[in-house]
Amino acid sequence: MQALFAQLLVGLINGSFYALLSLGLAVIFGMLNIINFAHGALYMMGAFVAYFLLNLGGINYWWALLLAPIIVGIFGMILERTMLQWLTGLDHLYGLLLTFGIALIVQGVFQNYFGSSGLPYAIPDQLRGGMNLGFMFLPVYRGWVVVFSLVVCLATWFLIEKTQLGAYLRAATENPTLVRAFGINVPRMITLTYGLGVGLAALAGVLSAPINQVRPLMGADLIIVVFAVVVIGGMGSIMGSIITGFALGVIEGLTKYFYPEASNTVVFVLMVLVLLVKPTGLTGRAA
Amino acid sequence: MTTLTDDTLPTTPRAVRDEMIVFVMMALLLAAVPFTGVYPFFVMQALCFALLACAFNLLIGYGGLLSFGHAMFLGTAGYCSAHALKVWALPPELGILVGIAAAFVLSIITGYISIRRQGIYFSMITLALSQLLYFIYLQAPFTHGEDGIQGIPQGHMFGVFDLSKPTVLYYVVLAGFLAGFLLIFRIINSPFGEVLKSIRENEQRAISLGYRTDQYKFLAFVLSGTLAGFAGALKVFVAQNASLTDVHWTMSGEVVLMTLVGGLGTIFGPVVGAFVIIAMQQYLAGFGQWVTVIQGSIFVICVLTFRRGVVGEIAHYFRRSL
Repeated sequence: MQALFAQLLVGLINGSFYALLSLGLAVIFGMLNIINFAHGALYMMGAFVAYFLLNLGGINYWWALLLAPIIVGIFGMILERTMLQWLTGLDHLYGLLLTFGIALIVQGVFQNYFGSSGLPYAIPDQLRGGMNLGFMFLPVYRGWVVVFSLVVCLATWFLIEKTQLGAYLRAATENPTLVRAFGINVPRMITLTYGLGVGLAALAGVLSAPINQVRPLMGADLIIVVFAVVVIGGMGSIMGSIITGFALGVIEGLTKYFYPEASNTVVFVLMVLVLLVKPTGLTGRAA
Repeated sequence: MTTLTDDTLPTTPRAVRDEMIVFVMMALLLAAVPFTGVYPFFVMQALCFALLACAFNLLIGYGGLLSFGHAMFLGTAGYCSAHALKVWALPPELGILVGIAAAFVLSIITGYISIRRQGIYFSMITLALSQLLYFIYLQAPFTHGEDGIQGIPQGHMFGVFDLSKPTVLYYVVLAGFLAGFLLIFRIINSPFGEVLKSIRENEQRAISLGYRTDQYKFLAFVLSGTLAGFAGALKVFVAQNASLTDVHWTMSGEVVLMTLVGGLGTIFGPVVGAFVIIAMQQYLAGFGQWVTVIQGSIFVICVLTFRRGVVGEIAHYFRRSL
């Protein structure tokens, strides 16, 4: 039983990352009509920024949790201003190709300087140790990752679905020209949205740094799984992305316990099954 | 939806004749390679990738479908051919057939699944499916995991042509490439190809004209996947191994890059793109991961400023379809 709960916890943690990343992808897709292939690379950058902050600037985990998403978010906004904005009106595919190129550049640069091996990032003192819950031993840091990710996901959902800013955002997704006619600066909103989506990816990167080590390729394989998550959940609904992300993480964790050979592939297999049964995805609109 | 290419010129007998002239020139040039000082292994490798890129281009350039998982056909055919040649000790021609058959079956299955979604979702699904296969091949015993299948015997094609001789192998690979290329050329200029182009330009209108566009896209997917498998089977004889690199998503990305550089939706573009990218990898091999950075930069530059690609620009200048 111990092992089962341990794998469930690992599943929940992976699910947190899936949720944070697919949420960002959905938000970006809504505003920019671009699938951000660079998302995995920016997730990796988040982890590296936290690493640099700690080892070069002596800035601790808690500040990194705030600063890394902002720094990477600004980097993302520069990307949007200098490159992505020129794709407006072109076929969706060019956005995928451009961000794929950006991902290759970012990953290649980091691989040149840091190879492919992992750099350690220590768990902050306040979150060391564990708790005995009776049925399992819960490392505090892992519990923190799950709870904090959930809070961030729900906050993003609240921001988009329940606030004035979110209402502008949703309106601009539906009809940008009309929203501009009301005097709202849509291009700036697009830039900020990209920054937000990228910031979420970077935040996931910081959270994963103490668990998975900091590696240049940490985002490359993850992003493909997240794509499968997005195909399963569809990008039409924010809450849908969050729930699908966590659910698939848990299913993956259970697979690791019951049939470890399939743990790498279970998300893809589920994607195939969902496509066969319900081609539009679980929550998505037809695309 | 905006169009991917500006090649909307109708297929006229004159245009086809011009393309045939370019094709004959290309074939003669390639046939002369063993008489020049060019390293034949390099050209053979480029030819395999050129055929792969042409097959990929059939799908994106003419069907408007961006597959981000074409490495799965290359790798699957490679593994199956390699297994047939080495373990079953089949002659080369049957080994190639085994590879093509495997890619054919795989493209039917993956096509059936991925054609259900369009646009960006199609790309993500093909990428996810190829990653699924990557993990299967990583664990399957017959692929020998990280080591791959090595030391594949080249044998005698049809019992006559000794493929261990570089010049003989070169002409066999060249013949395979030209046959595949001609088939794609024929498909593009057929009524089927015209319907595909109409789907690329405006799927809704094609549907309203009574075409079952899903069936056309499915057939294009199967043709493309099978031809990509042919490239994978040929590559086995050149590289004499089959490994996980051929199934990895980076390989799928390289195919996309080749086609983009040469020109999406142009007939000769993928060939030019494959030679450019393979040559670049050859010359920059000493620079380690900077090759990845350079490839990424080429992606960015092509998408931002050079969307027609090399051949697309030339074709645009001369107002021809090439």
